[in-house]
Parts: sequence; C-alpha cells; structure tokens
Amino acid sequence: MSKPKVAFYWCASCGGCEETVVDLAEDILGVVELVDIVLWPVAMDFKYADIEAMPDKSITATLLNGAIRSTEQEEMARLLRRKSQFLIAYGACAHTGGIPGLANQFPREQILSFNYQDAPTVVNEAKLRPQLETTEEGRTVHLPRLHNVVRTLDQVVDVDYYVPGCPPTPKLTRAAITALLEGNLPPKGSVIAPDHALCEECSRKDTKPDKWDFSSFSRTHQKLMDETCFLAQGVVCMGPATRAGCEAVCTSGGMPCTGCFGATSRVRDQGAKMLSALCSNIAAKDEDEIEATLGSIPDPVGTFYRYGLAGSILRRKLNLPPDEQG
Amino acid sequence: MDNRDSQEIRIGFYICHCGSNIAAMVDCPAVAKAIGKLAGVVLTRDYKYMCSDPGQELIRKDIAEFKLNRVVVASCSPLLHEKTFRGAVEAGGLNPFYFHMVNIREHDAWVHTDKAEATEKACALSRAAIRRVAKHKALEVKRVSVHPDVLVVGGGIAGIHAAMTIANAGRKVYLVEREPSIGGHMAKFDKTFPTLDCAACILTPKMSEAGSHPNITLMTYSEVAKMDGYVGNYTVTIKRKPRYIKEDVCTGCQECIANCVYKEPKFRDEFNEGLGKRKPVYIPFPQATPQVVAIDSRTCLNFKGGVLTDMCKKSCVAACGEKQAIDFTQQEILQEVKVGAIIIATGFQPFDAARIPQYGYGRYPNVYTALEIERLVNASGPTSGHVIMRDGTEPKSIGIIHCVGSRDQKTNRWCSKVCCMYSLKLAHLLKEHTGAEIYNFYIDMRTPGKGYEEFYDKLLEEGVHFIRGRVGEVTDWAASPEEEGKLVVRVEDTLAGYVRRIPFDMVVLATGLEPKSDAQDVRRLFNMSCGSEGFFLERHPKLAPVSTFSDGIYIAGCCQGPRDIPDTVAQAGAAAAEVLVLVDKGYIEQEPNTAFILDEECCGCKSCIPLCPYTAITFDATRKKAVINEALCKGCGTCVAACPSGSIVQNLFEDDEIFSEIEGVLAHD
Repeated sequence: MSKPKVAFYWCASCGGCEETVVDLAEDILGVVELVDIVLWPVAMDFKYADIEAMPDKSITATLLNGAIRSTEQEEMARLLRRKSQFLIAYGACAHTGGIPGLANQFPREQILSFNYQDAPTVVNEAKLRPQLETTEEGRTVHLPRLHNVVRTLDQVVDVDYYVPGCPPTPKLTRAAITALLEGNLPPKGSVIAPDHALCEECSRKDTKPDKWDFSSFSRTHQKLMDETCFLAQGVVCMGPATRAGCEAVCTSGGMPCTGCFGATSRVRDQGAKMLSALCSNIAAKDEDEIEATLGSIPDPVGTFYRYGLAGSILRRKLNLPPDEQG
Repeated sequence: MDNRDSQEIRIGFYICHCGSNIAAMVDCPAVAKAIGKLAGVVLTRDYKYMCSDPGQELIRKDIAEFKLNRVVVASCSPLLHEKTFRGAVEAGGLNPFYFHMVNIREHDAWVHTDKAEATEKACALSRAAIRRVAKHKALEVKRVSVHPDVLVVGGGIAGIHAAMTIANAGRKVYLVEREPSIGGHMAKFDKTFPTLDCAACILTPKMSEAGSHPNITLMTYSEVAKMDGYVGNYTVTIKRKPRYIKEDVCTGCQECIANCVYKEPKFRDEFNEGLGKRKPVYIPFPQATPQVVAIDSRTCLNFKGGVLTDMCKKSCVAACGEKQAIDFTQQEILQEVKVGAIIIATGFQPFDAARIPQYGYGRYPNVYTALEIERLVNASGPTSGHVIMRDGTEPKSIGIIHCVGSRDQKTNRWCSKVCCMYSLKLAHLLKEHTGAEIYNFYIDMRTPGKGYEEFYDKLLEEGVHFIRGRVGEVTDWAASPEEEGKLVVRVEDTLAGYVRRIPFDMVVLATGLEPKSDAQDVRRLFNMSCGSEGFFLERHPKLAPVSTFSDGIYIAGCCQGPRDIPDTVAQAGAAAAEVLVLVDKGYIEQEPNTAFILDEECCGCKSCIPLCPYTAITFDATRKKAVINEALCKGCGTCVAACPSGSIVQNLFEDDEIFSEIEGVLAHD
C-alpha cells in the first residue's frame, strides 16, 4: 500500500509556520518515513501543474498556513481543497487571519501607496508599482492581485481542522499529524488544542487577585514586571480570552499572552470578549475616568484583535468594499 | 408530547390583533403569511385576542393536532402575558420554555405611524423569534423556600403599621429604627389634618403596642449595615449603636435624667427641632418607645470626643441604683438576622429652608419651619404649647409661605403633596393658639382628599387670608413706619395683580418633603432603584406600587414619594400584604434564566468574581473554578458577557439563541 500523501503550503504568512515543521527536529524524519510529501514549496521543488494533474482527493492531508490575501493564494486554496481529503488550517493566519488580517483596517490603495511610495524608508521617485501584467522580451508574466480584504482559510474554502498558534507549537503539530496518520480524528471543524483558556496552564494564575480594578494599563516596555499575573500588574494579557495549548510559553517567558491561539470554541469574537472582561473590571465609575483608563491602550485593534481581526465579527473596516471575489 | 431538545423543529406562530391595538398598524395576516414560509414553521394563525381563553385554547389544541414542539406568539409585552402563554404551552404538554414571545405592540404598533414599515418590523421581529425558538431548550422552574421572618426598616408610621400588620398575622418581624425611639415624623406632629386628631393620641398606642408585641423584635438606635442573600432568604446585618443603657433592665423611671450632673438641660433637643434643650442622658419624648433612656456620648461628661474617660462622678449611675441599667462600656455590635422579605419605610427629610436664602431662615429668628411650629403648638413641646417666638413675644400676625422647596425649578421640582393641607392645619392651630392674623401665600391650593376641600372651606370661614403668589422674599428692611421691626413678605398678588409688601411678626415656611440624604446608600444596600428625584422607585407606578425591582423588597411611605398619613398607612398595609403573600406561600418559583459555569471549561481567571451585583459568584479556591449560586442569580447576564473564555452560559440567553435572533432580524425574506 502506498504511503499517505501530505502537502504543505503557505499563503499570506511570515514563514514561521514552516519553521515549526522543521522544529519537529528528528521527528520530521519519522513523518517523512510514514508519508509522501507531494508539495512543500519552502523546502522542496514541485510544480503546481503536478498537483493539478493529481486526481481529486488523492492527497490525504494538506497543512495550509497563511491567510488568503491574493488571487494566487485563493486559487491554490481552492485547488488544494479539491485535491485533499483533509484540509487543515495551520497556524493563526489560516485559522483566524493572523497579523496579515490587521490590513483589514486600511484600504488596499493606502497599503500599496505606503509600502511602495510613502514609507520613510522608501525612495521611489518614479512611483513605480508592481503591475499585474508585464511583457518583457515577448513574454507576458502575471502577478497575483491583492484582494481588498484579507480572509481566513475557512472564509474561502471548507476547512476540516485547525491547528492554532503563531506559530503552532511542535507538540501540537505532532499531535495533529499523529491523529491524522492514526485516523484518530476529532469531529470535523475542531481546533486541535484544549478548549479552555490559557490561565489554566499559566504559572502566574495563583497570583491573580479576586478583583482587577484596572485604573490604567501599561505596555510591556513601560514597566518592570514581576512574576505575578500580568493583568494584576495592569498589563493587557489576552490569556483569559485565549485558547490554551501553548503551555503558556509567553507568560512563563516573561511576556503577556497576545492571543495567537484564538478564542475557545464557545466564543465568536475573541477581542470583544477580552474587551468585555477588561471593561467590566475597570475601577473608575465616572465616564471621564473610564475614558482615561481605556486611553492607556494606544492600539485597541492591535491589542485585542492582533491575530483575529479577519475572522472576527468585525472582520474589516466598514468602508472597505469586499473584492470581486468576495 | 416530545420534550427533547434535539428533534425535528415544528413551530406554531400566532399573531395577535389585540383588538385594533396591533391590527390598526400591523397587517397581521400578511405577517402570518410571511412567517409561514420560514423553515420549521408548520402553522401560522392570526387571532383577535391571543390572551383570551379561546386564544390560549387554540395553542393548546394546535400543539396536539399539529405536533408542534415550539410556539411563538407575537403580541404585547412579555411583562403582561409571557406567563399566560407559557401556561398555555405547558397545558398543551410542552415544556413552557419552548416558547418565545414577540412584542409587536409596545415595540412596534404603538410607536409607528407607517403601516407598511410597522408590518415589515413585525416580520423582522417575528423572524428573529422563529430562529431563536428553534434553539430553545427545555428548562425547569425551581422552587426555593422562603424564610418566614420579616424585616421592616424604619419605625415611622409606615414601618409601625406594616410591622403590626405582619405581626398580627402571626409572623415574626424585626423593626429597625435609627433613632432611640420609633414614631418618626408623625410623633412630632401636633394635630393631623383634616380631622384635627391629636397625632400622639392616635400614634402612641400603636407605638407601645408595637413595642410590646410578642412577634415584634424592636431594634431602635440601630441601622442596617449589610444585606446578603436573595428573595426568601436574606441575611441582614444590623448595626446596634451603643446607647450605654441595658435596654432589658431600664424601666424608664428617668431618675438618671433628674440626677444628671447637668442640673439644667443644655444640649440641642433633636426631637423638638432644636427649640428645646435636653441633657446628655435623655428620653426623646414622653411617649418614646421603648421607654428606655439613651446617653449621648458626644455630650456626656463621662466621654470626651466620644471616647470613654470615666471622668464624670456618674450621679446617673448612683440614681439608677440596684438596677444597674447604665453601662458605659457598651460597644457597637453587629447582629445578624435571617428574613424572607424586607419592607423599606425609611421616610423623608424636610427640605432645608436655609437653601432659599431670600426667605431668611436661620437669619431672622422669627422665621420658622413648619415642623418647628408643630413642636411649638404641641402641649408637650418646648413651650408647652404656647406660641412664644425666639424673641420671647407672641406673634400677632403670621405669614405662611407654601411650596418652600417644592414646585421650584431651583430646588425640588415636585409637589410635596402635604404642604397645602398642613399649612391649613397650622393656620388653624396658630389662630386657635394666638388669635393672630394669618396669611397663606400659595401657588395653587391642592386639597384633593377625603374631607380636605371642606377643611379649606372651613379655614376660609375662619378668616384666614389667602394670597395667590410665590413669595419673592422675606426681609426686615422697613419701607414704612408700620413695617418697622417686622418681617416683610414681598409677593406678587397674582389675583389682585400687583406687588404687595405685608409685614408679619412671624413667618412660617411650609417646607417640602425630599429623599433622605442617605437614600442612595440605602438604595445600594437593598439593590433598589431611585427615580430621578431620589425617591425609591416602585416596580410599576400603577400595578406594583409597593414592590421594587428586587424581589422580596417592598417600599412604603414617604421614601417612595411625598404622601400624607392615610396614604402612608394604606401603602404600609399593602406592603405588608405583599410580604404575607410571599411568606405564607412558603416558596418562590425562580425564572430559570439563570447563569451557570461550565465547570470543565472554566479556567479560573476570576474575571467574573467581582462583577455579580447579587454576589452569586464565588471562587472555589481548592478547585480553582468560579461557582454560581443559582438561587442568588437573577439572570442579569453581566458575568456571561464578561467571561473571556465563554465558559458561563445563561439559560434562555445562550449565544446561539441571541445570534440566531440577530440573524433573524437582519435576514431578508
């Protein structure tokens, strides 16, 4: 019997998820022994045409990381969906939109003009921009087009499982791959991680007071922090609103949780939930004082929706039109 | 009937015309038709009065005939008929919570003028209910037992009457009063309008009866410090201030008062509104209940700055003799009582007349408040009923100014309701006592009430003068020789049409009634609401006038708004009846819209712990999980919204139910 076929693919992502696969270290050899890798652009040379030529559903599982930002990414997501029995949204960007999803606060034109012209580090007097189509030496080449809105993988195609995290930990990756290979799968649509909040795993949990009573918030560089609960120190920690499974690597490393694992299965909007919890616990009762307390969070979207904006109820800024393709 | 949550959804939809209340603005048959096309809806009907017996019967029969397992009624406010329809659904054999009600009357028909739009809105609201009801689960109403004892806070006429009524019905009552004696404001009054009954003669028998009633535990000189628990099971902590007298030993002989080292009374007598003096050891008034003296540590020589020094020779202790009722070592104690229901009857405070400086109260000695006059004309008052002014003379002319701190944009906007009548009464009493010329300055005479208008007529016949106009100022600046040494009232006589100056020996300010200065603290203590003016808010101004938004907490008397004695007593009786209904039934049924913790999922982040307004949430430190006491939960949803991991769920308000509802409103047909 032939070995199960596995594909790895990347869309709008930073490459960190690929790194995690490598972080499996010697375990990767075990995986390679058990499966045939049919696509892994970061490490191996395959052509898209090879995939297109495969019969539908012939790939056992595709682990796709990155959000869907461009026409090419959408095309590949659809192709891999068609060719795969299981499509797995791997990492925060594919799962909830991730950092690229924060672009949904701005119009496409603003992003392009900043990046190619206006950014202080850019010199581009000719105002050159990448073109969708260029002909050179008689050959026409195409570049993919950016969509107006960054989408999660499941906003584009049907997704079977999610492996959360920015990036997912090797342990979770191993668990997901093992479950796949052993056919020991949870219900479709599951996130392969525990379904309680991070506090459960956090070593600082016992130091959390019964009452937060926030009067102001600080960012991590603004104060010296001790070993107690970050929230008790007035530092926004997304832990209470974030799914566990990372084994609290950030909080045990001295940084608050930024929420990359997304919400638990019971929550539709992680950012709104954390805001609700924080705002319910603000010490001030007077409107001006409440304003002042909340004013100490300079970037609310980047704080509460750092990884989740595209997948949240907010999803995008209202005046951004959805693309022709959605 | 199938009462499982997971089954094929079969919804019956009923839209009520409510006569023409709804039908005039909403096309009911059109709504029924539109809703009939939605998934899961197997039956729609429009009917003239769904709440009628035949309307309810319709639901009951349809459930059997069409095998309905969910019911939606679009009609009026759930406050009115949710119970009715839940009952009908239950009678049809379904769990009553497989029902949802849509308010298309108050929220739609009554507030719109365009029929097409109102109909569209009715469709949207109904669509939301159809989507929501499919997610409903079978729930159980829980019964909680009710503690039979009752707490009454405030020992004025309202509190006394309520306590007596409940005690006479055989229930135990704790009557808590802040002052050393019960009696409240009524004990200070001389006569009552319009019958001119002596206030003390009708009140003091009730006071002493309350004081000696076997079912009443009187706690005077005490205040409620804390309330925990929920309807039927309150734990109330009562702070008992030290009066330095053993209440159960003191016989009220008052030998201690006679033998106090102060030979003469020297300190402000609060009961007589400061018009008289008392000693540090005192009894507020002759008929005080309980007949127990009190020692005021602020003025007693044995204390300094309220701290015991033992410097006095304590002639009072010697006078008390073998009884040894005086105990200077008494400390404030906290006493806990358990009760099932609470009546708040904390009364009012009179408007502070000094807040209107142009009337001269506090500046001109012969300007009095109405309550001071009550004491001045009272036979047991500081002048034994002789109307002697602060300057030692008897007034020959008196002006009574109405609406002082009432119906005034600058102070209190409301009518204090009793001032017109008590001003008439005081005019009568002052005339009787002094024979003086008496003028009433009024904005409007408000004398509705049994025998009130007749009393007004009687005063007109007695030759009391009435001038319509709000007084501009009271001044001692004389403009003519006859005004010399007098208090001149400057007023626009709006009937005669000119500004007048009228000189008087004495001016009486008919001060209005306002909420007690600590009403907000009391409100918080008992989880009540206040209206914008600060009086405690009743649950419904017409249909639940003595209930509050906290179940098991009732209000009576002037803490709810200005009213006279007959109304106060009636209200106190009504509050007592409500309490007895609750206590005699012995249990309460709890709406199952409570929140609960998903124990497995709770990560113990404690976000919810401090939020519960009913202190229903505690933290189990050994298991590191939050725990909700279901009996305490009122279903407000605060913790549900705040739980960052979505591990608190509220029955009837699950996320799925709410999101389905939102999607239903936003969906297109």
